Amino acid sequence: MRGLITVFRKEVRENIRDRRALFNSLLLGPLLFPLLFVGMMWFLESAEQERAEQALELPVVGAQYAPSLIRYLEQQGVVIQPEPDDPEAMVRNQETPVILRVLPEYPERWAEGLPAPVEVIMDPSRQESKTAIRRAKTLLMGYGQRIGSLRLQMRGISPQLAAPVMLKDVDLSTPKSRAILAMIFLPYVLMITAFTGATHLAMDTTAGEKERKSLEPLLINPVPRWQIMTGKMLTTTAFAMASLALTLVSFRIVLPYMPVGAFGMDLTLGLMTLLRILVVISPVAILAAALLTLLASFAKSYREAQSYMGLVILIPMIPSLIFMANPIRAEAWMMMVPLFSQNILIGEIIRGESIALSWYAMSVSSTLVIGIALAVLAATLYNRPRLIFSGS
Amino acid sequence: MIVVKNLRKSFGEVQAVKGVSFEARDGEITGLLGPNGAGKTTTLRMLYSLLPPDDGEILIDGLDPTRDAMAIKRTLGVVPDSRGLYSRLSARENISYYGELHGMNRRQIDQRIAHLTETLDMADFIDRRTEGFSQGQRVKVAIARAMVHEPQTVLMDEPSNGLDVMSTRALRDYVRGLRSAGQSVVLSTHIMQEVAALCDRIVIIAKGEVAADGTAAELLARAGCDSLEDAFVKLIGSEEGLLA
Repeated sequence: MRGLITVFRKEVRENIRDRRALFNSLLLGPLLFPLLFVGMMWFLESAEQERAEQALELPVVGAQYAPSLIRYLEQQGVVIQPEPDDPEAMVRNQETPVILRVLPEYPERWAEGLPAPVEVIMDPSRQESKTAIRRAKTLLMGYGQRIGSLRLQMRGISPQLAAPVMLKDVDLSTPKSRAILAMIFLPYVLMITAFTGATHLAMDTTAGEKERKSLEPLLINPVPRWQIMTGKMLTTTAFAMASLALTLVSFRIVLPYMPVGAFGMDLTLGLMTLLRILVVISPVAILAAALLTLLASFAKSYREAQSYMGLVILIPMIPSLIFMANPIRAEAWMMMVPLFSQNILIGEIIRGESIALSWYAMSVSSTLVIGIALAVLAATLYNRPRLIFSGS
Repeated sequence: MIVVKNLRKSFGEVQAVKGVSFEARDGEITGLLGPNGAGKTTTLRMLYSLLPPDDGEILIDGLDPTRDAMAIKRTLGVVPDSRGLYSRLSARENISYYGELHGMNRRQIDQRIAHLTETLDMADFIDRRTEGFSQGQRVKVAIARAMVHEPQTVLMDEPSNGLDVMSTRALRDYVRGLRSAGQSVVLSTHIMQEVAALCDRIVIIAKGEVAADGTAAELLARAGCDSLEDAFVKLIGSEEGLLA
């Protein structure tokens, strides 16, 4: 084991002096992801708020047919704009998000007490027009309900008769559990961080060592090759773990600044929560270090190794993307699937749910088994001479 | 003391080494001379147990690298063809790493590095990071790290490759020093002057086989030539590789 520890200590010392390693493992993930997400949320939120608070500018075609509707809209703060020549073209060209068209038969049908037609001209596939469309429709519905109630009252009928069902929300979500709505990306980010934090080290200690021609002299030392490889993988794991821990700390600092709109959300990540997440994600760091080291060992140079890594980084994304696209109820068997189980568990931890210890155990051990199997494979790889000399 | 008998190694279809035998005695410098691609590096790699031989026998101070790889590695000092140093570590840290891998303690390593710094004249750069070192400085560090555990047997693959005149002289002096200390030194080279200046015994290798073997004088006599260069050409039967 002496050799293993020597290799570990030397790799740590060498890579701490490597700006590229520090940048990739300890700076990029921990700083970039939290700032990126919070910044993005903040930007979306403020843009959304701006759209919601701005006076709604609404061009209306045929305003003369519905003077009372127009009055109502103006009372609600809508700025009615004059009739455009070609409303469809205007919406299509994104000059305005939504236009109303009161049809000529409106007054006639209104007078007869029949539904009077108003067209809402819009393109809902335009993300940025959604708010304006929603606001215009809500106002129109509000006007309709108000007139409907008045008509019933005038005929001596209680408007309540027209509302046979009363809906009441009984909200069981807690500020803590609602936090997952804002943090849905966290498992995904952590999974990627485990891999990005390990990537540079995995490549530098294998393909890089081959490229620099220091592998052959290293292997002439009286240390079993599995110890050399394990020392290298431990360094890679340590950097991945450091990367994960820093990312979590950085989220803890940054998350309270995240705008969460009207929902009450508890976005603090307590120390216990952080530790639980770290326990759950740690086996992924080992898995990533072993897998990446295994792959990079086949490469002749750092550059060649890099070309494999682009594909590998997809692996941690797959379960997260499946889970985000199709959220399913957590079940015990899922704990046996590496990467998938971590996604579920981290979600539950953030929601503040209590989780069975056996689930933790299953997730950690199933991931560890695969990680260690890959590590064993990687550790024996350099017993094959072809891999040692493939660079020269 | 190294004894090699009928060593063979193939890579797929290519027979790199086909029946090499020689001896390298303690207190002598043995030169493996041959053109590029003759099988010198492959032979050395089998000696330091990085490659398993297909056939044949190797005994280094009575140990067989295929059976006692770890024991062999402890007695050998190897300066291989690849001299990669860790550029983010200083020369001292590079050497110290190998000392630790050999299981030496801090005090032993420090003493040994102090000694090697003096003999190899490395005081100017011993605490500098090896990034940007000259070829000569690199070779010195590579030699120092190979010698950190005071090996009895020393293997060097093309040690003077890329060195200028001054560095080559320093290297030769150092190798002669090892000889007088009673160590067994084997070096491979394709440079005639090198063997002429340095080696007690010469093993000429061509196309994976030993073409001739003996002292410089014996080889001259056998070929009936006045210069070692002519003898070399005559003995390997071609001028291939000589101009390199």
